[in-house]
Amino acid sequence: MPTSYPVLTVLTFFPLLAAILLAPIRSERRVRQATLIASLVEVILALPLACFKSQAGFQFQETVPWAEGWGLTYALGVDGISILMVLLSVMTLPLCVLCSWTYIGRRVKEFHVCLLLMTTACVGVFSALDLVLFYVFWEALLIPMYLMIAIWGGDQRRYASIKFFLYTLAGSTLLLVAIVALRIAGGTFFIPDLMAQSFSYNFQYWIFLALFLAFAIKVPMFPFHTWLPAAHVQAPSAGSVILAAVLLKMGTYGFLRFSLPLCPLASVSFAPMMIAISIASILYGGAVALGQNDIKKLIAYSSVAHMGFVTLGIFLFSPDGVNGAIFQMLNHGIITGAMFMLIGAVYERSHSREIQKNLGLGRYLPHFMLFWGLFGLASFGFPGTNGFVGEFMVILAAFKASTAIGLLVIPGALLAAAYILKVTLRMAWGQPASPAGHGWRDLRKKEWAYLVVPAALVIYLGLAPTGLLSLIGPSVDETLAVFKSKREQVSVIRLTSPGGRPEGLIYERDLAPDGLSAQEEAM
Amino acid sequence: MPGLDLNLNLGLLAPEIIFLGLVILLFAASMANCQGRLVAWLCPLAALASALLAACGLGTESTQFFGVYRLDGLSQFFKILIALGYLVAWLNALSQKTVEGDQKPDYRLFLTLSAFGLILLSSASELVAIYLAMELASYSLYVLIPKRSRSREAAEAGLKYILFGAAATALALYGLALIIASQHVTIIAALTGLDWSLQSNPLAVVGLSLFLGGMFFKLALFPFHFWCPDVYQGAGNETAAYVATLPKLGAIIVLIRLASLLAPGLALTDILAFLAAASITYGNLCALAQRDLKRMLGFSSVAHAGYILVGLVSGTPEGLAASAFYAMAYVLMNLLCFWVICRVSADGRNLSYSDLNGLSARSPLLALSLLAAAFSLVGLPPTVGFIGKLWLITSAWGHGYDWLVIVVCVNTAIAIFYYLSLVRHAYTEEDIPAGGAQALALDKGLLSQAGALLLGLLVVLLGLLPGPVWNVVLGASQALLD
Repeated sequence: MPTSYPVLTVLTFFPLLAAILLAPIRSERRVRQATLIASLVEVILALPLACFKSQAGFQFQETVPWAEGWGLTYALGVDGISILMVLLSVMTLPLCVLCSWTYIGRRVKEFHVCLLLMTTACVGVFSALDLVLFYVFWEALLIPMYLMIAIWGGDQRRYASIKFFLYTLAGSTLLLVAIVALRIAGGTFFIPDLMAQSFSYNFQYWIFLALFLAFAIKVPMFPFHTWLPAAHVQAPSAGSVILAAVLLKMGTYGFLRFSLPLCPLASVSFAPMMIAISIASILYGGAVALGQNDIKKLIAYSSVAHMGFVTLGIFLFSPDGVNGAIFQMLNHGIITGAMFMLIGAVYERSHSREIQKNLGLGRYLPHFMLFWGLFGLASFGFPGTNGFVGEFMVILAAFKASTAIGLLVIPGALLAAAYILKVTLRMAWGQPASPAGHGWRDLRKKEWAYLVVPAALVIYLGLAPTGLLSLIGPSVDETLAVFKSKREQVSVIRLTSPGGRPEGLIYERDLAPDGLSAQEEAM
Repeated sequence: MPGLDLNLNLGLLAPEIIFLGLVILLFAASMANCQGRLVAWLCPLAALASALLAACGLGTESTQFFGVYRLDGLSQFFKILIALGYLVAWLNALSQKTVEGDQKPDYRLFLTLSAFGLILLSSASELVAIYLAMELASYSLYVLIPKRSRSREAAEAGLKYILFGAAATALALYGLALIIASQHVTIIAALTGLDWSLQSNPLAVVGLSLFLGGMFFKLALFPFHFWCPDVYQGAGNETAAYVATLPKLGAIIVLIRLASLLAPGLALTDILAFLAAASITYGNLCALAQRDLKRMLGFSSVAHAGYILVGLVSGTPEGLAASAFYAMAYVLMNLLCFWVICRVSADGRNLSYSDLNGLSARSPLLALSLLAAAFSLVGLPPTVGFIGKLWLITSAWGHGYDWLVIVVCVNTAIAIFYYLSLVRHAYTEEDIPAGGAQALALDKGLLSQAGALLLGLLVVLLGLLPGPVWNVVLGASQALLD
């Protein structure tokens, strides 16, 4: 896209600028208003992305040398895989500001600074085309998220915030090793250049494992998911919304952007494991969600299950699966984000997240229940909502790949219906022990404002998904085509010297990437 | 041998001359027990002037004093760091609460003398000169550390430092003797071309190991680190801030100069790599268990000593440059951390984690700076600590020490817990224990805020735009290895 206007840079750093400008404002009300205005400006700044053409390859690309001595470039760009995630991050910001309007009562300015910084990091992660730049944003995100849970969280915020930080940081330590190894073996940090290269199977094997640890914890996949319920339950609602809508997507985005193109052969050999873990996530997440009494915990475990569908879709390596996975990433962001906002709204009224304390809301808060019902239906993939499209595509791909996988996934879809309907039934028609709900006000204007947007998207994407799918399609087809060709190619070549090494780089020596395995074992 | 004549160029020696003049002046002031402000305020001016003059000499490369004294990019880079670090140490000593008034001239004298020794050390390129400069810097510290009025811990710390230091010095001297006996030269440039393999020249390798041991002691590398946490804890906050930063620089520059003798695969290099890994892991694990902030920082510096060694094992210019860059990052983050500690500890007492409670409400800027320092010490982006660590591990990967890189990265996950505690107490803990340091007002003066802001900005900005500094150190290391 030949444009001189650096739309991605502006999108990335405008929130940072806004956060700095917030510093002199004293009144809490003004801080909220200023952040809301900034977030709406951010949405307007994203409008040039409408020029996105539905074709493969990176668009809106910007490349500026960063630290040339070490081959770092400041490179941004989006393709069909990342553009939706960038839009989702940008769109989430105003909703988060609105849903914290009354929820956050203390240290208001710091809270909004954290929100803005998180948006910077999120947009940065999804648009970075340099591995180090990606890692910078990836890790920088942890700091505001940690503060958000640790300062504005619930009673166990210390435990939850430290667990969140330790888990995600531990996962990404080996990501840094992988980045360094890729730099030495591939000669560059620039992602499109790395994607064009082929690495030996042994090298791919270890890189895949290092990436897997980082991404699987972020997603989170089944055995690594325990930080998620703790973080979700303790985080303030805006924190939960960003966590669910954007942060979890970074893991699956990582699989799509890095694992598949850089380690195609290893991806294939690990695919059975990935599929097994995905199915375990779907079934385990669903089953545990069924047993929860805390609404937020229930939705948190449902996230584990939903993200299981995404990873399953990715590792089926078929167009349907990957398209469905990306679509499901967007859906989950919209639906689960909205449900966390709803939980925040009801918590402000009942001061409890227990299902038991929120019974009979159909009588007290009918409009609230309307939205809850809609998002609930979308969450378990009711036809006509966007959840249906994504889930259906993944299940279709699963059956195409193997009937066994398909049959294993079906109970997951059933479980989703079961836990959502169970909680919805009790919230709508349960008999509350005390008629405390009489005094509650139904949705306010601001709450309508932040719920209507995701509701409209749920219905629109459910009825007319083709527009978006055509945006994703070319990039997915290209990724899969390259993936397939490399799979065949790499299995025959024995890699001695990776080609395409630009001049002026430091490492002249050829490295046998096979040395990696021996040394990792030695450790 | 190039440069085997006096070859004196006073212009290039200006930083040294300024510091020498300052030392003499302070000596006179100390003798006369003059507590005049004029003499005191000469110190920062002299420091700034030497930093500027050292910066002017960044491009030069010459040897003076019969090849003993080498002026190159690396030495000038470290001189700038030392002069600026001295400036910060002096600012810290301004508001010193634990040194009595009539001792302040002495304190300044020995502080300056130590910095002078380090400045000499950064240019010394001959083993005996290195030894002399190092001792000049250390002897001053032996006096500085116990200067904390009526504190038994400070006396204990001073004694420990002297005893350990004397033993380490003796070892280093013995090593020096062995090197002279086996290689017959002491100028590093001449030593580079000689044989350093254990099989053919065991005496030299043993000698160099012992000599390096002396440096490791100054650097507080495992297993030469025993003094470090005790000294940090016992010394006054301002003294600890100095001991933790600049003398380490001195050891690092000597190691960088000696690293031209090392190559991957040598027995000595393997030992270095092993010590680095052990130091990182041991330092981080011990730091986990600490309550006292300075003690924690002591163990953290044991770990950081290990990180700095990672750059030396590859024996490439990039590795040496990465070590030099990380040394700068280390000094910056520690100065920032200690800056906050010195301001928060209003009466000069030792702080524990809980004394930081509620810092974000009491002084947002100090809390933010502490957050930047803590995340930089962990090595999280976007800080100078991250970029430094990235370069260290990139330079070490692919030279047979990949396992070391993995150890470094995995240790991040251990280290995060105790650094995060700093942030956690400053930002999330609000209940203030009775009788803690909070009972006293912290220093919120203009100087305190400005210093924190400046150091904090440096930590972040050098993390985002490391290019210019990197080019300087890379050029310097390439010149060193040519």
